[in-house]
Amino acid sequence: MSQSTAMQDRKPSAGGVNKTFLWIEIKRMLRNRRTIVFTVLMPAIFFFIFGLSNKDQQLPNGHSYGQYILISLTVYAAMTAATGAGSQVAVERAQGWSRQLRLTPLLPGAYIAIKAAAALTLSLVAVIAQFVIGAIAGVTMDAQTWLTAGLVAWLGSLVFAALGLFVGYLMPSQNVMQILGPALAILAMLGGLFMPIEIMGDTFGTIAKFTPAYGIGQLARSPITGEFDVLWILNVLVWLAIFVGGAAMAFRRDTSRV
Amino acid sequence: MTTPGVPAVRAAGLHKSFGKVQAVRGLDLTVQQGEVVAFLGPNGAGKTTTIDMILGLSTPDAGEVSIFGHSPRGAISRGQVAAVMQTGGLLRDISARETVQLTAAMFDSARPVDEVLTRAGILDIADRRVEKCSGGQQQRLRFAMALVSDPGLLILDEPTTGMDVAGRRDFWSAIRDDASRGRTVIFATHYLEEADAYADRIVLVRQGTVVADGTAAQIKNLASGRTVRASLPAGDRALLAGLPPADHVEFDGGRVTVRTSDSDSVVRFLLTKTGAHDLEVVANNLEEAFVTLTADEAGTATTPTDSSTPTDPTAPTYTSAPTAMEGERA
Repeated sequence: MSQSTAMQDRKPSAGGVNKTFLWIEIKRMLRNRRTIVFTVLMPAIFFFIFGLSNKDQQLPNGHSYGQYILISLTVYAAMTAATGAGSQVAVERAQGWSRQLRLTPLLPGAYIAIKAAAALTLSLVAVIAQFVIGAIAGVTMDAQTWLTAGLVAWLGSLVFAALGLFVGYLMPSQNVMQILGPALAILAMLGGLFMPIEIMGDTFGTIAKFTPAYGIGQLARSPITGEFDVLWILNVLVWLAIFVGGAAMAFRRDTSRV
Repeated sequence: MTTPGVPAVRAAGLHKSFGKVQAVRGLDLTVQQGEVVAFLGPNGAGKTTTIDMILGLSTPDAGEVSIFGHSPRGAISRGQVAAVMQTGGLLRDISARETVQLTAAMFDSARPVDEVLTRAGILDIADRRVEKCSGGQQQRLRFAMALVSDPGLLILDEPTTGMDVAGRRDFWSAIRDDASRGRTVIFATHYLEEADAYADRIVLVRQGTVVADGTAAQIKNLASGRTVRASLPAGDRALLAGLPPADHVEFDGGRVTVRTSDSDSVVRFLLTKTGAHDLEVVANNLEEAFVTLTADEAGTATTPTDSSTPTDPTAPTYTSAPTAMEGERA
């Protein structure tokens, strides 16, 4: 018989969450040119279009427009990065990789954890890239603001990693980002990331509060606005629950159907 | 080590339907440790469906599977079983080496990456992106991935589909080297010659059930029955009901054709009990006989099927009536 077919369970430690796995996942994302376009290039272009020309203006409430738009677009960059990373499961399903993984001891939870960690890595790259571009363009903020806004944008992107997984498990498409990309732009617009909610008018201003990018955006800009509302946190948590729940449901449907 | 004496695979009474299509209907299969078994049958015989159930990738509608005495999932968790699937299962954007590294990362103990790449014969292309690998190279990569956990049981689903002759030969020589170390191997194929050349035992499936089970030589004997032709007075046709039900009878004008594994009895019967004359006895060629054994039902209402596992594993069992569809399959 086989030389080392041990009787004990050979589940990998931590269910398969390990450095090799994560490192290969990250390499895959960084090799993907489309990923870089969506996470670094597009938000940068948006910053130059929306932000640069009037970065020194002030909003009606007295805040610096440059700071406002930089933080908003950083949130946008992070959410796009995380969604893109999560949605890669669609590609992996199409290539039969998800099925292959079911022939290994890897636990589904470990797979999701790796995907989340990879998404967070990519969104961190997006946040840093965006901040560097903003700083080069002359936006100034105090250290506390850079740090807080960056952390909120980064960690908030988990909500969108879950959205990416959800859609990735739902859709058979190899080009899931071609649908998610425009959808994210709309969510970003509705959530006040492309223009201040104050200038959106009553109807859209109200709708904005219920969209998934709103809470994260408001929280990320909180250091410059000096405002805080517990409803923003509620917005983030509710959308996180919706997307995680949806992803879990779609995952179960995907693995039970063969 | 796996417990000696525990079958590598035990599948009993497997059923699986997709909508109205019964892909697998009452399939039994027991494979002992160390056997190399060909799961032979035409496309659509239910081979892949059965393999999916053995691996726990799909759940049988009825029946049970155990691998080394464990559930499929339990055996996978222990790294006791690995599979080489027909297609898919590879990430296109990483290299062959990365694919094996990634697979190894999912097991708590794994063979060294270079060792499995060498054994699968792809060390020289290890740094090539998967999308740049040929079909045969990708298949050997799947084989390398399957070796990572050093499983006691290796299952291959039509592993050489789409390979050229040289690729097929290289692939099988790697598999055969590996099996000689004592690994249990089950491979599905619809190539008779592959089953003949590489398996100790052939399990013939047709329409989701086992129709014959034995060594390659036994199956050949079984399959290479004979065809008896004779002129028969029309009034004597009803008398042929006296032939064994396993024999297949066809009429063509005044001629009757009987396909049988026991031509002597048929000849004796025709000559003594009927007015048959002008007899011919022809040996079927192997290919034709295989096709006969595994052909789909051609309008035959019932098939006497007893798919129980053979009590004597050395004896071939032949449990179903062969029907004729050679013309369509040849």
